[in-house]
Amino acid sequence: MLNQLRHPGSPEVHHVTQNGGLYKKPFNEAFEETPMLVAVLTYVGYGVLTLFGYLRDFLRHWRIEKCHHATERKEQQDFVSLYQDFENFYTRNLYMRIRDNWNRPICSVPGARVDIMERQSHDYNWSFKYTGNIIKGVINMGSYNYLGFARNTGSCQEAAAKVLEEYGVGVCSTRQEIGNLDKHEELEKLVASFLGVEAAMAYGMGFATNSMNIPALVGKGCLILSDELNHASLVLGARLSGATIRIFKHNNMQSLEKLLKDAIVYGQPRTRRPWKKILILVEGIYSMEGSIVRLPEVIALKKKYKAYLYLDEAHSIGALGPTGRGVVDYFGLDPEDVDVMMGTFTKSFGASGGYIGGKKELIDYLRTHSHSAVYATSLSPPVVEQIVTSMKCIMGQDGTTLGKECIQQLAENTRYFRRRLKEMGFIIYGNEDSPVVPLMLYMPAKIGAFGREMLKRNIGVVVVGFPATPIIESRARFCLSAAHTKEILDTALKEIDEVGDLLQLKYSRHRLVPLLDRPFDETTYEETED
Amino acid sequence: MYLPCPVVQNIKVSCTSWKCALEDVAWIISAPAYHLILEGILILWIIRLLFSKTYKLQERSDLTVKEKEELIEEWQPEPLVPPVSGDHPALNYNVVSGPPSHNIVVNGKKCVNFASFNFLGLLDDPRVKAAALVSLRKYGVGTCGPRGFYGTFDVHLDLEDRLAKFMQTEEAIIYSYGFATIASAIPAYSKRGDIVFVDRAACFAIQKGLQASRSDIQLFKHNDMADLERLLKEQEIEDQKNPRKARVTRRFIVVEGLYMNTGTICPLPELVKLKYKYKARIFLEESLSFGVLGEHGRGVTEHFGISIDDIDLISANMENSLASIGGFCCGRSFVIDHQRLSGQGYCFSASLPPLLAAAAIEALNIMEENPGIFSVLREKCKRIHKALQGISGLKVVGESFSPAFHLQLQESTGSREDDVKLLQEIVNHCMDRSIALTQARYLEKEEKCLPPPSIRVVVTVEQTDEELERAARTIKEVAQAVLL
Repeated sequence: MLNQLRHPGSPEVHHVTQNGGLYKKPFNEAFEETPMLVAVLTYVGYGVLTLFGYLRDFLRHWRIEKCHHATERKEQQDFVSLYQDFENFYTRNLYMRIRDNWNRPICSVPGARVDIMERQSHDYNWSFKYTGNIIKGVINMGSYNYLGFARNTGSCQEAAAKVLEEYGVGVCSTRQEIGNLDKHEELEKLVASFLGVEAAMAYGMGFATNSMNIPALVGKGCLILSDELNHASLVLGARLSGATIRIFKHNNMQSLEKLLKDAIVYGQPRTRRPWKKILILVEGIYSMEGSIVRLPEVIALKKKYKAYLYLDEAHSIGALGPTGRGVVDYFGLDPEDVDVMMGTFTKSFGASGGYIGGKKELIDYLRTHSHSAVYATSLSPPVVEQIVTSMKCIMGQDGTTLGKECIQQLAENTRYFRRRLKEMGFIIYGNEDSPVVPLMLYMPAKIGAFGREMLKRNIGVVVVGFPATPIIESRARFCLSAAHTKEILDTALKEIDEVGDLLQLKYSRHRLVPLLDRPFDETTYEETED
Repeated sequence: MYLPCPVVQNIKVSCTSWKCALEDVAWIISAPAYHLILEGILILWIIRLLFSKTYKLQERSDLTVKEKEELIEEWQPEPLVPPVSGDHPALNYNVVSGPPSHNIVVNGKKCVNFASFNFLGLLDDPRVKAAALVSLRKYGVGTCGPRGFYGTFDVHLDLEDRLAKFMQTEEAIIYSYGFATIASAIPAYSKRGDIVFVDRAACFAIQKGLQASRSDIQLFKHNDMADLERLLKEQEIEDQKNPRKARVTRRFIVVEGLYMNTGTICPLPELVKLKYKYKARIFLEESLSFGVLGEHGRGVTEHFGISIDDIDLISANMENSLASIGGFCCGRSFVIDHQRLSGQGYCFSASLPPLLAAAAIEALNIMEENPGIFSVLREKCKRIHKALQGISGLKVVGESFSPAFHLQLQESTGSREDDVKLLQEIVNHCMDRSIALTQARYLEKEEKCLPPPSIRVVVTVEQTDEELERAARTIKEVAQAVLL
């Protein structure tokens, strides 16, 4: 169980010089080791909860305690039970206690501030009632709104409204039948020019983009090398394809290289036939860790071993890079080196859906063989218009500098927020430039406490625990946005500081010395007149 | 004590001193000296073994570094994707300019739409558009998060409530993509080791859901209840052989209300009888029958007059009758609530944009206000079904009241490719004469039971009687011209 502790020794800070100039700027990523006492206390906490869980299950079984959850129909009592008791042990006994931190319903735009509908529970979270009150102006640190395009006013919304009136909302057909609108062709051309690739194709759901296209690209006899912490959609896509899957340690290039070498030298297991193709699945930014993929090294490896690279930029498109074109732009690399560039429109473009970009042969093949093109409905026209307008804004094609300003604002917010939190003494995972900021909580009780205390102070945060993270590494995850102004960040930081002291969350033993002058200086990015 | 080997006298001398020491030790430990010597030798042997080099078995493929490098150099992967020929039938899509409504402009030609699943004509209904616009002005477009992380809007809760009330079930759950609905619902309940009995003509989304669930799949012949009963009986015999395993193996029957691939209806009353007889749960996929069958449009359960509690899960997509995007599952809370933590497409994906949910709510309102449209739709279906009978060369496949049915070749040419080309010619000529049709598209290599090539004809309430008759006439003439 102590294997859960990360990287023994001091936190790792990786610099450019180790890899002979592959990186053009410093790559600072750190995952501080869990303090021993905290780890022990966390296990003790889970142990106590488990014991109580068994006790409560026992009481419920013998009807001493009232059973709140729904039960099977009388007529179907003799059917094989739909759920195994132990499958839902965690849900019944641990998740239920702090369930009010998730699924919080909102009733406004998910921008920098949001209105949350107040809920109350009189039976310890088994059921909720809406009091009718609305908690207004809660600072939103949970929505994926990196560039601040979640807006209900402005040019994007007006363009979407016009298209809605003309086209309606639905499409009622698939791309290959009669659901291919002129709007979709326009979108795909724009996405291709945004990414710097030959062609692109858009789909109605980001999750489905992965789960439906990976099976079209690889099949039996192929090898998939997937990162340890890949998203559920990538894992599902890899499983559905029928290819062999091998996992390499998170962002660990030695582990990846070893797998590649062994795969080519020894071939398929048992028959020793050579693999048909090898596909490496990585993400741009990993949303639970806040880490950025080591793309220059991955591309070097891929070229050396002739593998193919599938890059999922769900969180990094729009959020990284000086022009917002994602992790390829961030490292200054050539988009042609990535074979399949996948991303979603949900996070930075304020819409929904996903895309895949790459060479023309790839896109032609996907147009004919992708499951989504044949069986699933295409994107809704107003959503397409939102993507088109926001993408043009980011590219600067709409004639304003709004896109550039948003990208710069996001980068500044990221740097500032991360630095301030590190100075306060919290353990923050991930890369310095990633707008996803995980703050470690570790103990199960603190998960619930942090979420509730922050809401009391009018800040909405996202807390995550098992099974999305390893069992002792529960965390609170902040998603920064270009819509957050300095005042909003300062308010949030003040409250996080307070709650951190209240709940004793400042575990870090490597506090940064606070800089005397704030780097967040408005004058830094003013255009100088020549 | 004397050493057994012929040792030289000088060693004997040193031995005596050792012997004294040993005897002292032996006296302390009160064990015989020979015992201690034996133990000492054993300990020294163990120490030698610990520090000696481990003996490695020769690896069968003991490759040197150079050989490995050569192998890496030589290996050539296949290209990432095989080349697609320029005249692949599915490569060049039809481009629709403007909305895919009743009068559709396809590839520059104005046509009457007989291809979009817009059964109730709600695609360009002004009320639906107005409701969506109000929602757009309030919430913007995207939800920027999954349902668990500030992606639950009051519109979603409203829509779930309304759907549950409409279908008269306890709870409903919505997904942001129609395909993902049933493909996430099935693996949430059925795991490795469970058994699923599914119809051969089940649609691709169901097949993907079954593949993701890793359960044991048993296919029964399309709509053949005798075949299903046979499979269930065989399973019962298996159960008796291993009752322990049977007690934890869940069974499911997955069927569609109106089958997308054949346009036929499932025999639900017999299925419910089989359900109770063999203790299997029923999952019903109602994408085509929701908003079409039944007095109030509640689907195939209303059509047959079966209590909705008898069906464990009803799944449908909102992309046909409701003319929106997304899908929903409804049923008892006991069943549906589980998907909120185990439905992959629900937990790990952004929620449905609020304007699409608002459009669906307004469409539901319209459906509730005019329950007469369902019988109007069915009448139109029967009409065109009758009018298309007797075309030489083409046969109509599907129920007379099914709004989406197929026209298949009566006699195949022998190769699927040629059949597809022939049908495409018919479609192209119909488009030239302003009737927009499409071929039913499938992934030929991926489908479990590939249906024969066909033309899909879709009936909507917006089509007038003359348009229906003109369409029937056009198809007849074109078919005659092309096939004879």
